[in-house]
Amino acid sequence: MISLTQTLRLALQALVRNRSRSLLTMLGVVIGVAAVIVTVAIGTGAKTSVANQINGLGSNLVIVIPGSVQTSGARTGLGGASTLTVQDGLAIAKLPGVSAVSPSVTVRAQLVTGGQNWQTTVTGVAPTYTAVRSWDVSSGRFFSQTETDEAAKVVVLGQTVVRQLFPDGSDPVGQTVLVRGVPFTVIGLLSAKGQSGAGQDQDDTAQIPYTSALERLTGGTTISTLMVSAVDGDHIESVQSQITGLLEQRHGIVSGKADDFQVRNLQDIAQAASATASILGLLLAAVAAVSLLVGGIGIMNIMLVSVTERTREIGLRVALGARSAAILRQFLIEAVVLSTGGGALGVVFGIAGAASIAVFAHWPSSVSVSAVLLALAFSAAVGVFFGYWPARKAAMLDPISALRFE
Amino acid sequence: MTPVVEVHNLRKVYNIEGGEDVVALRGVDLTIDPGEFVAVMGPSGSGKSTFMHIVGLLDRPTAGTYHFAGHEVSALDADALADLRSRALGFVFQSYNLLPRTTALENVELPMIYAGVRAKERHSAAMEALDAVGLARYAQHQPNQLSGGQQQRVAIARSIVNRPQLVLADEPTGALDTASSEDVMALFQRLNIERGMTVMLVTHEADVAAHARRMVMFRDGNIVSDEPVREKALV
Ligand SMILES: Nc1ncnc2c1ncn2[C@@H]1O[C@H](COP(=O)(O)OP(=O)(O)OP(=O)(O)O)[C@@H](O)[C@H]1O
Ligand SMILES: [Mg+2]
Repeated sequence: MISLTQTLRLALQALVRNRSRSLLTMLGVVIGVAAVIVTVAIGTGAKTSVANQINGLGSNLVIVIPGSVQTSGARTGLGGASTLTVQDGLAIAKLPGVSAVSPSVTVRAQLVTGGQNWQTTVTGVAPTYTAVRSWDVSSGRFFSQTETDEAAKVVVLGQTVVRQLFPDGSDPVGQTVLVRGVPFTVIGLLSAKGQSGAGQDQDDTAQIPYTSALERLTGGTTISTLMVSAVDGDHIESVQSQITGLLEQRHGIVSGKADDFQVRNLQDIAQAASATASILGLLLAAVAAVSLLVGGIGIMNIMLVSVTERTREIGLRVALGARSAAILRQFLIEAVVLSTGGGALGVVFGIAGAASIAVFAHWPSSVSVSAVLLALAFSAAVGVFFGYWPARKAAMLDPISALRFE
Repeated sequence: MTPVVEVHNLRKVYNIEGGEDVVALRGVDLTIDPGEFVAVMGPSGSGKSTFMHIVGLLDRPTAGTYHFAGHEVSALDADALADLRSRALGFVFQSYNLLPRTTALENVELPMIYAGVRAKERHSAAMEALDAVGLARYAQHQPNQLSGGQQQRVAIARSIVNRPQLVLADEPTGALDTASSEDVMALFQRLNIERGMTVMLVTHEADVAAHARRMVMFRDGNIVSDEPVREKALV
């Protein structure tokens, strides 16, 4: 009896004898698997970057935003109401389970230095902001509670703003920047944070005490967002419901009427994002299955042609003493080698493709080991499934007519 | 001495769909002893190939008995017949049937692969067989780099590499010119005399048959004559 390794060698020899055809036959599976690896890599990459970004915001974060209001039938979008105040924030800070509160006031403003100017988003926040968003300064310092209480004219700049306003590379710390014509002293620079998942430049920002923003830029007490940090993940829900209760009471909202604010928790947002990603993954899997199916049909087609072409060879092997099981196994192995080889090549191309998309399109991508293993296992299964029929056909050939076959 | 082949009242009938049955063999009796060199002759369609296929365990008779080396083989299943072919039989075909794009050496090794012989032994046995047919120098050549006569000699090396009890050849010189035919037949003769190899070959040419020691004549599915070859052209 012929051993399995020996059969494998015979199969490989047969494939190598028909090098170019073997490669072309693999192509269907190569393309299918490569496409799968690339799309899955992009999908997972996007998913992790969304997750990272949400973690970057602080995972125990609860966000309070003003709700929509209805004025004579026309409803504004979320944030249309200016109902949140600094006092709301101070009240929330006293709730049990809350570790920090940072109000934020967002203003688009022109920043001007001696020679340069740049429009950016100026955000008024509390000193707790660095803790709430886990975002540190790379040089200088963030403003203090005293400076916040005094509504000091101090600013911390994002890296993009630094590049635009100080192109000569001089140290901005200590220099003066005009924000909407008001002179602010630069006391620190934020570390670089890069693009957000949505493609926004997070470094295009300048941060000042929220008191300064209210007093010197907007003039008022309404704020755009309250970021509340719970002491830990387990307290998020209780903090959320306490905030809702407190604000309903403070805003005089009777039960049954719509709230003029929304309390959101980042984990809900993260879950929604990952659910979307899962549906996307399912779609990708379907596309993958179809492309592997097409690749498999290609293999079956070529294997059938090959069996016909090699009829005399098969007859010879049988005459020389090959059992029909040995013939079946050889052709089955040929099909599996074609499909798995195609799968392996596809993995290589897929990884290269994902890497080049990451480099050239600046799109995060990550190839997972499980995706690679799944692709290989799937392509091997395709080989067995689509190779069986041609292999059986070869094994059933009558040696005498096979030897006479022209 | 146990005969290598002993057939009795061998019949083969082909059932043609929508037509009359074809009787290819009508009760053939034949015994071949070890060391014999038998030439089978006869007109086209007389049943020579059919007989060879049954003797070579590639086909089964419709009726009659067949003892190969003393064993009744009609009861054996397909796998047992395949194993017997790989161990005890060698085949030479008119059209050589070498694997293309495969070296002479690998072609000669092929029967031993199915017999489960280890690589090292396979290699040395194949080299020895190539040496016996005078083609050791061409071990690494592929069929398309060899002449017809050389290809047929590689095929003969392949047929003897397992040291079979019987070598069967169906018109082995049918595709060769006179000089190459002469080489191939001289080779069969030498293997028969020097190694005691039992050979049965089918041919249409009398001067090819003249290299054998016994000649069997087929006509209409019957053996009509069976006699020693008188003028032996010994080397
Ligand atoms: N597979 C088959 N199906 C039906 N009839 C067949 C088959 N094989 C052979 N025959 C018939 O059996 C008879 C003997 O054929 P066989 O091939 O044995 O002749 P042969 O003596 O080898 O002829 P040749 O010298 O031309 O090779 C012929 O009439 C042929 O038509
Ligand atoms: Mg014939």
